[in-house]
Amino acid sequence: MSAGVDGQTGTRPAAAVGTERLAGLARGARRDVVAAVAGAVVAVWVVAAVVGWRVLTPRDPALQAPSDRFARPGPEHWLGADQFGRDVLARVLAGARPVLVVAPLATVLAVIVGTVIGLSAAGLGGWYDGLVMRVLDAVTVFPSIIAATLFAALVGRSRLVLILVIAATFVPIVARSVRAATLVECAKPYVEAARLRGEPTWSLLVRELLPNVRGTVLVEATSRLGDAVFAAATLSFLGLGEPPGSPEWGATVSENRVWLTVAPWTLLAPALAIASLVIAVALLADAVRRRIDA
Amino acid sequence: MTRTGLRVEGLRAAYGGEPVLHGVSFDVEPGEILGLVGESGCGKSTLGYLLAGEIAPGGQVLGGRIELDGADVLGLDPRALRRWRSREVGIVHQEAAASLDPTMTVGAQVRTALVNSGAPRSASEESALGLLRRVHLPDAETLARRYPHQLSGGQQQRVVIACALAGNPRLLVLDEPTTGLDASVQREILTLILELRAELAAAVVLISHDLGLVGQVCDRVGVLYAGRLVELGHTQVLDAPAHPYTAALLASHPRLGEPRTVRRLTAIPGQAPGPGYTVGCAFAPRCPLATAACAATEPGLDPVGQQRLVRCHFPLDGASATPVPARPAQPADTQAEPVLLEVRGLVRRYGRTVAVDHVDLAIGRGEVIGLVGESGSGKTTLARALVGLCARGKGELRFQGGELHPRLERRAPAVRRQIQMVFQSPDTSLNPQHRVRRILGRALHTLRARRVGVAELAERIGLGADVLDSRPGQLSGGQKQRVAIGRGLAGEPALVVCDEPVSALDVSVQAGVLELLAAQRDEHGTAYLFISHDLAVVGYLADRVVVMYRGAILEDGPSAAVLAGPHHPYTASLIAASTGQPRRRPARRHTAIGTAGCRFAPVCDYAVPGTCDREPPPRREPHLGHHVDCVLQVGELPLWPHSSANPIPLSANQNRGAS
Repeated sequence: MSAGVDGQTGTRPAAAVGTERLAGLARGARRDVVAAVAGAVVAVWVVAAVVGWRVLTPRDPALQAPSDRFARPGPEHWLGADQFGRDVLARVLAGARPVLVVAPLATVLAVIVGTVIGLSAAGLGGWYDGLVMRVLDAVTVFPSIIAATLFAALVGRSRLVLILVIAATFVPIVARSVRAATLVECAKPYVEAARLRGEPTWSLLVRELLPNVRGTVLVEATSRLGDAVFAAATLSFLGLGEPPGSPEWGATVSENRVWLTVAPWTLLAPALAIASLVIAVALLADAVRRRIDA
Repeated sequence: MTRTGLRVEGLRAAYGGEPVLHGVSFDVEPGEILGLVGESGCGKSTLGYLLAGEIAPGGQVLGGRIELDGADVLGLDPRALRRWRSREVGIVHQEAAASLDPTMTVGAQVRTALVNSGAPRSASEESALGLLRRVHLPDAETLARRYPHQLSGGQQQRVVIACALAGNPRLLVLDEPTTGLDASVQREILTLILELRAELAAAVVLISHDLGLVGQVCDRVGVLYAGRLVELGHTQVLDAPAHPYTAALLASHPRLGEPRTVRRLTAIPGQAPGPGYTVGCAFAPRCPLATAACAATEPGLDPVGQQRLVRCHFPLDGASATPVPARPAQPADTQAEPVLLEVRGLVRRYGRTVAVDHVDLAIGRGEVIGLVGESGSGKTTLARALVGLCARGKGELRFQGGELHPRLERRAPAVRRQIQMVFQSPDTSLNPQHRVRRILGRALHTLRARRVGVAELAERIGLGADVLDSRPGQLSGGQKQRVAIGRGLAGEPALVVCDEPVSALDVSVQAGVLELLAAQRDEHGTAYLFISHDLAVVGYLADRVVVMYRGAILEDGPSAAVLAGPHHPYTASLIAASTGQPRRRPARRHTAIGTAGCRFAPVCDYAVPGTCDREPPPRREPHLGHHVDCVLQVGELPLWPHSSANPIPLSANQNRGAS
């Protein structure tokens, strides 16, 4: 391709250059479209979480209507009704809030703690690094679901417990990537130059190293967010989320799975909600990563 | 096919619409070596790629012809081009390690090159070994079974050359073939190129930023500036330049045997223009002789004298024509200064490798010590040990009469501030996320020099206030290194360790940085430990030269005495390498260092068998304060035939034999 030179005019055929550029643009545009759709899906759920079901649907997700039991999707109930005659659409919209509170908070917590641990482990090195990383290994090998069950049994289930458990499983992952990125930076002479002029250790970590691992931290944050949504749904499915009756997506799926053949809409709607949010967040994370790498 | 060699006519190329080559024309006859020199960004590499019919993605040929033995290269269709490339052209790129496939043995790679160039598969095994022998690789049979990483840098480059020779090419393009190699290895590669030229009868184009190298090897030289040939002629161009740019380039080029007291280097002001169209002479904005005519119309490449073309309205004429007046020489300050830093019996190891082996060194107040030696000689380890970055090992360090802790963190802040370091690559030694203001500001703050402002410090290192808000990525290489030097100098240190501070810079920029360092010494009495593999650079700046070889100091003395001799045989070989006397050293392999004996003995031309490898060499003192560790008597030690009053000419052609 590099040698596509026209003998007559001595220039590369304009058409070849044109198609090449078009292909590049098309690739970029396709990515942009994907990112835009993903952004729109996330935005819908964020709006639902922020303004609440009350504004979006006239029905109360907790209102039981025995006459509407297992009503099919139709003009009355757009997505049908469940075993207690509760409106499925209202429940799905109401279920956005718990997951969009738990997942971002857990992610932020995990990224902050993980970054502090990873940065300091790599920056200080020595026995501190060894100890911290072995502790993180121990946390990683302990199955998180068992840990969550234990924790919930001991402390009682609440949104806070959910956040802490998810954050705890993500801290080692974040810490490990940040540590790896920091180790790469530590080997560069600007860090030695800072040591030579006597920068204190905290300043070395915060002023010199942190700005240079910012990209890794951002990528970790966006990647973990998708995982956190999934983890929140899983734990809620297992009954480790909020108390029964909550419209949480995971809990709703779990609750209605016995009615799968009778009223599949009661199950499909929350399941698709989970899938759409997880995929959309993952695609957005990809877009962010591309931006940082470029 | 007729053998007419390479003809390039009015070659124009652009990247993204911005022209980088503006009508380059030259011929290279079979058997001739043409050198192309110029600063980085002048279009050298683009030209080199184009000669093989290749242009980087985003690039475009706007016009012109390339003809090799009558064939129009740019007119070939992709298939024909590929065939032509495999049979007619050999290319050697700068990074030998990157040109070789790490997963293939050396022999297999040479065989592939042979088969691609049309050799029958059956014969290729034996011919591959033949090629490896032809580039003087010892023990070709064993070597062919090795992988690239098991070879030294010089051997890798030889293998790349062997691959390039596979098709008996009519054109050989060498793009910076020796950059990054040690002086002695450089010399071996040079010798090889000269020998092959005689055998091959191919047109050879040697692209380099190294004026010395081009002067030694080439028949003719083309000087590129901003994508144009500004001067083209016999190698004597480098001794009597006609274009002010060539003259300025030479004025910034340090030569062996010319210390700063004899000739001051002058940097070329300003920066080379980037890609794009310009009105008038491209060099006019930086030219001391420019007139209104220069800025208005671009001069043509017109003949001046015999077989010489110059693109200038007012070409220089004599041999002495230097557009920038040389500054008056200053008498050397040879007074013995009180000792600032002293090292005794320093040992540093990496695993089982001894990097620094019982080194003694003393640096005086305000003294510039040049530390030379090939890569792997322990120069950098010694430097890092002094500043406290490499603390593990035996040895005593004393600073200003008091003991100096080997660990940086255990040194008192007042002492720490006194010893600073300037690193080799300014790209990695400056925090890419910080602006210049912050980099200098933090240095002033932590080094407790707050009475000086950031702007003042920037001015001291020759940077304007306008760069203070830029990040390192937006600065040129020279500006970056100035920032790094400014950071080191912020706290008025007594000693600055400079680890190859100019090796990553262009010649024209290098001169400015060397002058900056020298000026700081003159004004503030800063002492330097100046590490370089380039003897000319060290000789330019240093009061004293220390020669290291495989972890030990072999020679130590005043610069002039060390360079002129009598000196150590190793120093002699370093000087021979950098003055490019093409002489093939017997390809003997380094053997393990014995506990006794001279470590240079295994490769020394003067070695006395049975003595040098068994007994530690005695210390000779040819001059006062000049020590040489060698078994030879002072009278037997080698001398450098050129005195400092008579530096060798850059073009070595006239006094070179057929070799």
